This record gives sequence, structure tokens and C-alpha cells, in this order.
Amino acid sequence: MDKHTSHLVVSPVPHIRSALTTRRVMGNVIIALLPALLASTLIFGLRSLLVVAVTTAACVLCEYLWCRIRRLPNTVGDLSAVVTGLLLAFNLPSTVPLFLPVIGAITAILVVKELFGGIGCNFANPAIVGRITLAVSFPARMTSYFFPAPLVACDALTGATPLAVTAEKLSLLDLFLGTHGGVIGETCALALLLGLIWLLATRTIELTIPLVYVGTVAVLSALCGQNVLYQVLSGGLLLGAIFMATDYTTSPFFRSGKIIFGLGLGIITCLIRFWGNMHEGVSYSILIMNLLVPYINAKFRRTPMGGGTRS
Amino acid sequence: MNLSRLKKLLSGGGVRVPHHKDTANYPTEQLPLPPKIVLPMNQHVGAPCEPCVKKGDHVYVGTMVGKAPSPMSMHIFSSVSGTVSTVGPILYNTGKGDTVVVVDSDGLQEPDPSICPPEVHDRESFINAVSMSGIVGLGGAGFPTDIKIQPKNLSEIDTLLINGAECEPYLTTDNREFLEHPDSILNGIRACLDYLGIPRALICIEDNKPAAIDLMTRKTAEDERISVCVLESRYPQGAQNVLIYNATGRTVPRGARHTSVGVMMLNVTTVSSVGKYLKTGMPLVTKRLTVAGDAVRDPKNLEVPIGTPIQDVIEFCGLREEPHKVIIGGPMMGSAQMDVNYPVTRQNNGLLLFGAKASEKPNATACIRCGRCINSCPMGLSPLAIRDAYVKYDADRLDALMADLCIGCGTCSYVCPAKRPLTQSVTLAKNFLKTKRNRGKN
Repeated sequence: MDKHTSHLVVSPVPHIRSALTTRRVMGNVIIALLPALLASTLIFGLRSLLVVAVTTAACVLCEYLWCRIRRLPNTVGDLSAVVTGLLLAFNLPSTVPLFLPVIGAITAILVVKELFGGIGCNFANPAIVGRITLAVSFPARMTSYFFPAPLVACDALTGATPLAVTAEKLSLLDLFLGTHGGVIGETCALALLLGLIWLLATRTIELTIPLVYVGTVAVLSALCGQNVLYQVLSGGLLLGAIFMATDYTTSPFFRSGKIIFGLGLGIITCLIRFWGNMHEGVSYSILIMNLLVPYINAKFRRTPMGGGTRS
Repeated sequence: MNLSRLKKLLSGGGVRVPHHKDTANYPTEQLPLPPKIVLPMNQHVGAPCEPCVKKGDHVYVGTMVGKAPSPMSMHIFSSVSGTVSTVGPILYNTGKGDTVVVVDSDGLQEPDPSICPPEVHDRESFINAVSMSGIVGLGGAGFPTDIKIQPKNLSEIDTLLINGAECEPYLTTDNREFLEHPDSILNGIRACLDYLGIPRALICIEDNKPAAIDLMTRKTAEDERISVCVLESRYPQGAQNVLIYNATGRTVPRGARHTSVGVMMLNVTTVSSVGKYLKTGMPLVTKRLTVAGDAVRDPKNLEVPIGTPIQDVIEFCGLREEPHKVIIGGPMMGSAQMDVNYPVTRQNNGLLLFGAKASEKPNATACIRCGRCINSCPMGLSPLAIRDAYVKYDADRLDALMADLCIGCGTCSYVCPAKRPLTQSVTLAKNFLKTKRNRGKN
């Protein structure tokens, strides 16, 4: 009678779990980033692949060593460091000297993520802070964009991101395909949109934040007399809106909060772009709104069912 | 109703779970008579029954063996004919003790000679009849049905909801009840409507049971008081507050009973049992179980005498592999057992046996704050925030987060990619808040 009894597992409900794991979530983000990686290789040549590899390796190594030194369980397997590495690399020009990604990786993983408690505890998007640190510390090296060896035919040879070049305008097709100067991952709108489709199809992210963010920028651009498509397609807007602003830890939980978050991002980006003395405002707007997330979460929540009235 | 469904869709509560309802088309089989049955005296919400037989007594099928000591309780009847061999204690895996009456079957299954259909002609005699039927909330709650059908505000009740959602994966017993006993269901419903003075009844079925929907729609076509309400297959559709909201658009206020919004809800098997009792007078002595899970060789729908040890059911269905987890109920809310000698009680509706791989406990990792638990909570709670407040024993914060509204459906743990035991945390928080409040009152 007792032969089935001795080893029975007794555990709390539920007895089944979804197949989704942290690793799978991060894996989906990595898959969504692959089209942009391919596009960057075609546009900027193999050097961009090298930068991506070095940045990602530095991020993963940084997390591994931290876990090793602190004698914590090794968390490299959840792939979040790979995502941070890819995103940081996508924010660097392909010409960057290879010690820069290492500094960026240390800032992103060690300072922003691990010192605050690891995954889920970072106060801002690690890759954004890594990029901002590098942009502030090495402004010249971070903005020297050019085409080392384009594999696809393109006629424009620009030394700066299109937002910096107000006089000469690129064709919209160039903007859409990304055959112009810029950091590794931001230029090809087509590849980024493919990534967005994957993220939505796998339900990794909701559309709310990218839609409201890009929508706000579009509306404000129209109101301020700017070229709407030009503002939306150039610079880091799509990369930021799809991959950076939707980071779980640093974006609000509720849809109402997500809308406020997206509006704030759009407004700050436009303020910096149109009236600031920088050409690019996506990183700073994401950083600022990241810091406001706890307050947004506290203010915009859902009332539980039946919680409005009490008997 | 469409508007409320749209609102529900936008709020995103609930989750799609794999159905695993492979036994939906398996007709109910009879379990061969077990050599003995074990009847715990606590098979319901409320005070445990007191044994009214002693060792050596002869009992028939339907003889009362446990008498309810107070109205908030329900009598227990023998499911076999035979001799009482033991009246003694049992210890459950929750650490709680109980008294059991063990009956050795004589194999004759003679019904109690005193059994005859109850005479029902008005509300009082109907409620009295139900109080002698041994019927409790058979969906799993175990709330005495005679108490349930006499709420204080009975005159304000305008809708009888029949809960046939059966949102738990694997389980198909309510589905079989629809397909095999539609007339008993309708008898029960009509008796409730007639004697309790409720104007309409809605039979709520999830859209993954097309055969049941089709049959009940045809059966109720003539009766304008009874209609079928088809609901999206989305766990936990059958949870009381969720079902009331999705079927009627009404929200049960925090801390109130569902009757406060003019709704009375009965499980479909409960109402069907009422229908059968009114016809035959035989109290509830058997229960249908879905036996499934990857360790079972022949998954079945089985009609089992109440009190049958789980072991007998397992042996009848056979094993494909050694079970590592034995669950009474569904996989989302059922309880894992540590002993296969425990009996089947009347509020059980499923027996799941999981093999080694399915029984593995997932490894919990750090929360990535993805918000899935919050966005999928059918009650709109924030499990993540409740957990944080609970580890600090912050009762005020738990009160502000309304942790007491948790229905324990398990959705938050199910969706969590970090595999954190959120349901457990929220349940602990809920109990902590309850204790704190009760202390505050004294």
C-alpha cells in the first residue's frame, strides 16, 4: 500500500507552470536583435561585428566574475548580460577603439546592475547608462561615424548622424534601410521593425511604450514644423523605443503608466532634439524617465476588482 | 455583456492555460466496489460532523453515518452497505486531525430502506430536503448547499448562475455531467427557480466544451427562464467573482458575499445532484472523478463511492510510470497528497498523477519585474508588491494593496518567468492580514 507514498512530492499550488523562463524572455530579445545585427554588418562591415562581440563578451565576463568573486550563484545563464552587451554595442559607432566597449560594459553591468542587486534591481537601463558614460567621457570617439567598407551600394558618405546634418537631407529610402552614418544598431529601421514584430508575436513586450513614444515624437515634430518621417526614422529613436524603453525593470507595470512613460519619453526627446545643444535625445530621455518609474508605478495602478467599494 | 467582455479583454486578467482535457469524450465508468470506505467527518466548510454509528453497526447505502452538529455543516452518508469497522482519528498532511468512520463493504449495495423521494411543495420543504441530501459545493468549495440557497437577501436575488466553466486543466467531470445528466441539471435548476423565487438562470460554460454548449442550448430552447452563457476559455473563468463579472457585468465588492450583487451561484454538479436527490431521495454517496496526468495508463472519468481510498482508484486506472505527485483536484488549485490511503471526499473532482519530470519543482530565480503577475491577476492585484510588503510584515501596506481579495487561483505563479512561488506568498500575506485584523478587533 505504501509503495507509492514514500517519495511523493508535496508542494504548493499551482502544479503546472508556463514554459516561459527568464532565459527564454532574454532569448527572444536576442532573436529580435539579430536582424539589426545583420543589417549593421552589411552596412558598416565586419568591424561592427567585432565591436558587438567584444562588448557582449565584456558584459558576460563582467557578470561572471562578479558572481564568482561575490560567491553568488552564476546568473550568466539567464542571458540578460548578453542582451545588455548587444544593446550597448548597438549604441556604439563601428569605428570605436575596442577599450571603449569594455569601459561601457563595466559601467553597465557592474555599476548599474550588480551593485544595485543584479537582475531586476537596476535603477536604469544598464546599456543606456553605459552609452551615456561613454558619450560624456569620449565625445569625439563616440560620434565619429563613417562607412568603413559598405557591402551594399550606397551613395551617401556622411560623417555624422542624420540629425546632425540638417542641410543635406538623405532620401527616406536610405533612412529606412539604414544606409547612412550612425551607431551600429540604430540605422536600419526595417531591421528594428522586424525585431519589434518578433517581440510582439512572442508576447515579450507590449506595443504601448514604443507606440506612444514614437507617436509623441511624430506629433510634436509635426507641431514644431519638423519633417515627421525624418525625425522618426533617424537617430536612435526606434532602437530606443523598441528595445531600450521596454526594459521590464525600468518601465512601468500598468498600461496607464506605460502611456505616461511613453509621453514623457517623447516630450523629453523632442525638447532635446529641437532646443537642446545635442543632436540626439533618446538616451537622456530614457534615463530620465527610468528614474521616474517608481513614482509612475505608485501613482498609476489598477484598482483591484471590487476594491473600489467596501462593505 | 459584450462590453464587459471587451473591458475584461483590455484589462488582460487571467491566462490561457493548456487544457489537457483529453478525457472530455470518455463516458463515466463505475469503479468496482472497494473492499472498504473511509469517511472523514469533515468534508465541507463548517463544523465537522459527529459520527452517529459505532463499531459493529450495519449500514446501508445512504445511511447517515455523520450528523451535522450545527446548521453550518452537512450530514455524511455511507456509500456502501456493510459493517462499521472503525470510528477513529486520522491525520492529514496539513497537520490537522479528523475523525473517520470506516465501513467494510458486504458487496450487496443494499439501499437504506428508509430512502424515499422527499416531499417538496414550498420553499421551506425544499430547503429542508436539500439539508438532508448531503450535498455541498461540489466544484471544490464544499460549502453546504442548504445554507447557500437561503441567503438573507433571497428576495433580491435575480439570477441563478450555474457554474459549468470548469476552467481547471485536465478536469472534465462537469463536462460529463452536462452530457450525461442534462435532465437532472435542468430539474435542479427548475426546483431552485420555482421554490426560491429566482426569475432567471444562466448556465455558464467555457467555449472549449462545444458539445455541452450545444446540448444545453437545445435543452433550454423551450424554457425562457434558463439560458446558456458561453464564456471565453481563460483561466480562472470559473472563479466566483470572475464568473459573476463576465456573465453579468457585476462586481462583488471587497469583503462582501456574491449574493450582495443579486446573484446565487451553484456548481453544475451540485445543482444536478439536487435534481437527482429530489427524484430518488438517495443522498450524495458517489462522486465523479477525472483521473488523468502523465503517470496514468488509462485516463478515465470514474464514478467513485465517496470514501474510496485513492489507492483503489489508482490501481483501477493503472500506472504508466511511478507517480511522484498525487494531486486531488486540478493542477492549478488542487492539493498535493502525501499519502495514497487518503479517501476521496465529496468535494473532490479530479485525481492527477504526475511522473518524475512533471513533478520537478522549478528553480526560483530573481524577479525581473516583468509585471506578468500583475497584468494577469484576475482580481487586479499586484502579487509582486504584496510579496514585498509581506516579507516586511507591513499590514497597512497589505491592506492598501487589498491582499485579502486574492482568490488563490495560482495564475501569478503560473505565468512567472522567474518561477517564483507568488501564489504562496500572497496566500501567506492574506492569512497574515486576516490574523492582524482579527487581533485588532479583540
